[in-house]
Amino acid sequence: MRSARRLPAVLLLAALTLSACGGGQEPADQDQGAASPGEGFPVTVEDGTGEVTIEARPERIVSLSPSSTEMLFEIGAGDQVVAADEFSNYPEDAPTTDLSGFTPSVEAVSEYNPDLVIMARDAEDAAAQLREVDVPVLLIPAAETLDDTYSQMRMLGEATGHAQEADEAADRVESELDAVVQETTEEVGEVDLTYYHELDDGMYSATSQTFIGQVYERFGLENIADEAEDTAGGYPQLSAEFIVDQNPDLVFLAYEGEDAVADLRGRPAFDSVTAVKNDDIVQLDPDIASRWGPRVVDLAESVSEAVTAAARER
Amino acid sequence: MRAPRPAWIWVPVSAGVLAAAMVVGAAAGSAGFGPLDAAAALLSRLPFSPVASPLNDLQFAVLVELRLPRVVLGAMVGGLLAAAGAAYQGVFRNPLADPYLLGAAGGAGLGATLVLAYGSDLLDSPRALVPVAAFVGALAGVAAAYLLGAVAGTGGTATLVLAGVAVSSFLSAGQTLVQMLRTQELRRIYTWLLGGLGRGGWDDVGMVAPYAAVGLAVLMVSGRLLDLLALGDEKAVSLGLNATAVRVAVIAAASLCTAAAVAVSGLIGFVGIVVPHIVRRLVGTGYRMILPVSLLTGAAFLVLVDIAARTAIAPAELPLGVVTAFLGAPFFVFVLRTTRNRAG
Repeated sequence: MRSARRLPAVLLLAALTLSACGGGQEPADQDQGAASPGEGFPVTVEDGTGEVTIEARPERIVSLSPSSTEMLFEIGAGDQVVAADEFSNYPEDAPTTDLSGFTPSVEAVSEYNPDLVIMARDAEDAAAQLREVDVPVLLIPAAETLDDTYSQMRMLGEATGHAQEADEAADRVESELDAVVQETTEEVGEVDLTYYHELDDGMYSATSQTFIGQVYERFGLENIADEAEDTAGGYPQLSAEFIVDQNPDLVFLAYEGEDAVADLRGRPAFDSVTAVKNDDIVQLDPDIASRWGPRVVDLAESVSEAVTAAARER
Repeated sequence: MRAPRPAWIWVPVSAGVLAAAMVVGAAAGSAGFGPLDAAAALLSRLPFSPVASPLNDLQFAVLVELRLPRVVLGAMVGGLLAAAGAAYQGVFRNPLADPYLLGAAGGAGLGATLVLAYGSDLLDSPRALVPVAAFVGALAGVAAAYLLGAVAGTGGTATLVLAGVAVSSFLSAGQTLVQMLRTQELRRIYTWLLGGLGRGGWDDVGMVAPYAAVGLAVLMVSGRLLDLLALGDEKAVSLGLNATAVRVAVIAAASLCTAAAVAVSGLIGFVGIVVPHIVRRLVGTGYRMILPVSLLTGAAFLVLVDIAARTAIAPAELPLGVVTAFLGAPFFVFVLRTTRNRAG
């Protein structure tokens, strides 16, 4: 009851503050002239839906996507983030709130009085509402390739006034990832290993056409899910029969649960699979394995370890 | 009441169809070996068999530990749902009644959803608890519908069905709420709700079997009682039948069957409503025939649907509940239409 009565007042206040900001903008920009923080603005960047113009350097960013939150902190825009969604749990000083990125609430977001909101691609309705009240919104699609990751970092850099740092960060992530891959291939040589990446115990997997599949591909691993390439947008549900018959050398579990590995071992017929026999089942950090942010290097390191271990057994 | 002798013919016929479906089910799959190889492999395991197994150990494990239990489980789930559907239709004298109408699916769904959403906070491996939660939820859902129907109305079957609808919507709203609060578990919950036999093994067969045995035993002997109930309560009572006791016993047994099926397969709709409809057209209106023939036909139907689900887009799988709905819904409209035309 209490919050219900408070809400209209907050909204009104938010609207007033927003319009006040809009009105005061131009002289402020002129005053700053070539001064550093406002430099380069307004900028126009391309998000998942089209071109978005950001008039001034955003100082109150709300990020509703964990991948974007990680990127913002990586490129030095962390100080400008005032609120992040409930699953933005990294880095530690990310201002995690109970905001939902899955079902974004425009009212809840506007309470933070943001001057830039970053959302996942499927939140278009909420984005339209925010744009209506002149809050710039960037809709970030899920990365489909590693290159998408780097270009999203650069785009966020431009949008937040950290173009150069973002450039450097993207280059750094790319070269660190390349280094991990290169070291691994040098150590183990040409591997001829197959793998199965499991998203949950309903046996949903990811093909090489996905972001995660590309990471494995860099190591020369062959994905058993690729036979189902055309289904489910790269995330097919495989049959147990197919997985066992494919006999993968490596199994990666991208979900939590202390007994996840034991559960997999205990499934009917799975004890005949090479990866299970050789104990080459790797449980990945689910956050790292599902976010296309700077921590893709950590993911690559986990894969590298597993590949090295499996290659030594031969 | 007609007790048409030719109706008996449908028992061996449907049993034959079921047997054929199970053979095809055991032979079909995404693993790379053909039906003859599968047959030879099974024969080779017989004592003193002269046949050498053409399958390697891995393929044999696929056949024996995955495919065969899956076929058996499919037959059990389909049979349970269809028999339960037929029984509900008899009890409520309503051809639209099905296992899901009375809150069984809503209750099972909420139970499973709660465990999948919050189980990992309390337990290391909540997965094992899902069937139990679904089972308890299904029984609780039906009990709630029954009590609500008894309290709210005159106890007539229409009130009961409406109470079931109300309880079902309430429970599925609860499901949706939990999903929204725990979006990180959405995929798992969704996977379960769509229904499937993908993780079934002999363990699951063993788990369902005792409940199936009890539930089906009660249903199979209640055919005659349902036929008496069909004459109307007054007539039934005058023949010495305790109508309320029969209703409660049949509803309980049918709900037990539903709960057991749902616990291992997730939510698979339309089997319980479509199969008894087909069967009624074949064997007439006597439940002594409808119940066993529904059991056999439902079993065959789900085995066949599961073959489609796991081979249509192999090596990926289609959710079983989606396939049954795709087949069931249009067919159901067709049945309604032709029934109407006949009546009119």
